[in-house]
Amino acid sequence: MFDFNSIPHIKEVSACHGAYNETNLQDKNHVSFDERQHSSKKVLPDLEEAIKRVGLKDGMTISFHHHFRNGDYVVNMVMDIIAKMGIKNLTVAASSLTDCHWPLIEHIKNGVISHIETSGLRGKLGDAISHGLMDFPVIFRSHGGRAAAIETGELHIDVAFLGAPSCDPYGNANGYNRDEENSSCCGSLGYAKLDALYADKCIIITDHLVSYPNTPFGIPESQVDFVVKVDNIGDPNGIMSGATRYTKNPKELLIAQYATKAIEASGYFKDNFSMQMGSGGASLAVARYLRDSMIRDGIKCRFALGGITGQIVQMHEEGLVKKILDVQSFDLIAANSVKNNRFHQQIDASYYASYVNKGAAVNQLDFVILSALEVDTDFNVNVMTGSDGVIRGAVGGHPDTAAGASMTIVVCPLLRGRIPTVCSHVNTVCTPGKTVDVVVTDQGMAVNPARPELYEKFVAAGLPVTTIEKLRDRAERIVGKPEPIKYTDKIVGVLMYRDNSVIDVIRQVAED
Amino acid sequence: MEIITTGVAGTMESSDIIVRVEPKDTDGIELSLESQVMHQFGKQIEKVILETLGELGVTRAYVDAVDKGALDCTVAARTLAAAYRGAQSTDFVWKNGGAK
Repeated sequence: MFDFNSIPHIKEVSACHGAYNETNLQDKNHVSFDERQHSSKKVLPDLEEAIKRVGLKDGMTISFHHHFRNGDYVVNMVMDIIAKMGIKNLTVAASSLTDCHWPLIEHIKNGVISHIETSGLRGKLGDAISHGLMDFPVIFRSHGGRAAAIETGELHIDVAFLGAPSCDPYGNANGYNRDEENSSCCGSLGYAKLDALYADKCIIITDHLVSYPNTPFGIPESQVDFVVKVDNIGDPNGIMSGATRYTKNPKELLIAQYATKAIEASGYFKDNFSMQMGSGGASLAVARYLRDSMIRDGIKCRFALGGITGQIVQMHEEGLVKKILDVQSFDLIAANSVKNNRFHQQIDASYYASYVNKGAAVNQLDFVILSALEVDTDFNVNVMTGSDGVIRGAVGGHPDTAAGASMTIVVCPLLRGRIPTVCSHVNTVCTPGKTVDVVVTDQGMAVNPARPELYEKFVAAGLPVTTIEKLRDRAERIVGKPEPIKYTDKIVGVLMYRDNSVIDVIRQVAED
Repeated sequence: MEIITTGVAGTMESSDIIVRVEPKDTDGIELSLESQVMHQFGKQIEKVILETLGELGVTRAYVDAVDKGALDCTVAARTLAAAYRGAQSTDFVWKNGGAK
């Protein structure tokens, strides 16, 4: 027996809730594990019930991830139900939005959504916003910038609605399904992981409710409030293609050959190097050529980062790439590799690219291969607005990896049809030229004057190096000078750099 | 040059233009252009088509063009070919460097 108050210094001990009191204890649950998990209080019958239970109200911020890409059903499904429930004035802070999210247009018109934050917009939604659909400009953040905004609490998520290809009754959610068929598999849940961690309330929406524990999990039950099972979370064909195919486009192959030779000549191509490659045609072709060079020279890659494709997985399984850090799986081979390969590690968006956390993987990159809609003579890159000024892209991890990598290579054709890619001023600055080192086109390459040593190495290797101005002039000589895009004064989009400072704005395109 | 029948040249492939000329009873060229790069190059494409027809002495024609991002040289070549076909003429004037 003891007298609680007589314990020396007990009042100064934190996390001490007085003396033990038997009446505070809940009754033990004596049913079997299996019965217990089938009566989990977290599993709700439908989304409407979940939305009621989390207390979603007018003016709140909700979030979604984009791991289901153009096959996603979750965003539209959730927004339709929210609209029916009469909730208005919401901020949608998605990790990204794409073509299939055009039904949001009606929800914007009806006042259900008053503000959007995303990495990108495409299709009808991008078009409508570029034509002035919203009063509050869309805020575009890079994957790292969004992660930073969430982890500092500056972007506060009230409710995260996260689709998952498998989840158990307590909320352990995954980007694949180990127990049953795997059709809605998306691999890494990198962007969803952070939302689950920081959102006040987290609802997992799944099409495969599997037995506890759904390990190894992408999202742990400790972060999940409710689980809702629906028939379909997405269209498997839109979620991912079977394998990202190699390009046969001779221009892209030529660009890839130049880029590969540039990597080899750069000094960064040595044993234990690190890399990130995009999923664009030229970028993937670089992976193929680099693989040949690695086998030829007996060089191995320590880790590959980023959006992961089947090409990287193949190199991993051949022992050429030792480890994979995967924030987003780009094809089914990559997604299944997350499930099957021990050293194919799922990482969250903060670990990938945040600038405020205690360490992000982008900072360990030797080189990154990035694409571009436009590059200008200051090496600024636009990945957001098309040649008509309309929003049709995504910032993604572009500025994050460009800033982190020791050598940032932008690959693009000099011309796309009659549209020049290299120009005097990009329509929208997404990635600042200061972080871009090399631009490789099918008609020559240019090195940022800040990197004279790379220039020397490329010249010595016999690569077709010229200046960025000469690339621009060559493009203009072939296609002529395009007339500038006509905009109104209205700002429809704001581009945040990865430190969440405004780097550029997007204006409404003028009607004909 | 007089356009006496329908003349077509070109394809709908990327970086090409399909030009169709038809006879017209009254003076003037009536041009309708559709282009993927209308905003950036619409005026330039119209200029090249009209100049090319002007050089041939075509003064009466309906012209329909669907452009898929063709360069000026392609626009001129397709216009030239369509006009010759529409005029049922083979009196080609070969010149160095092609049409302007």
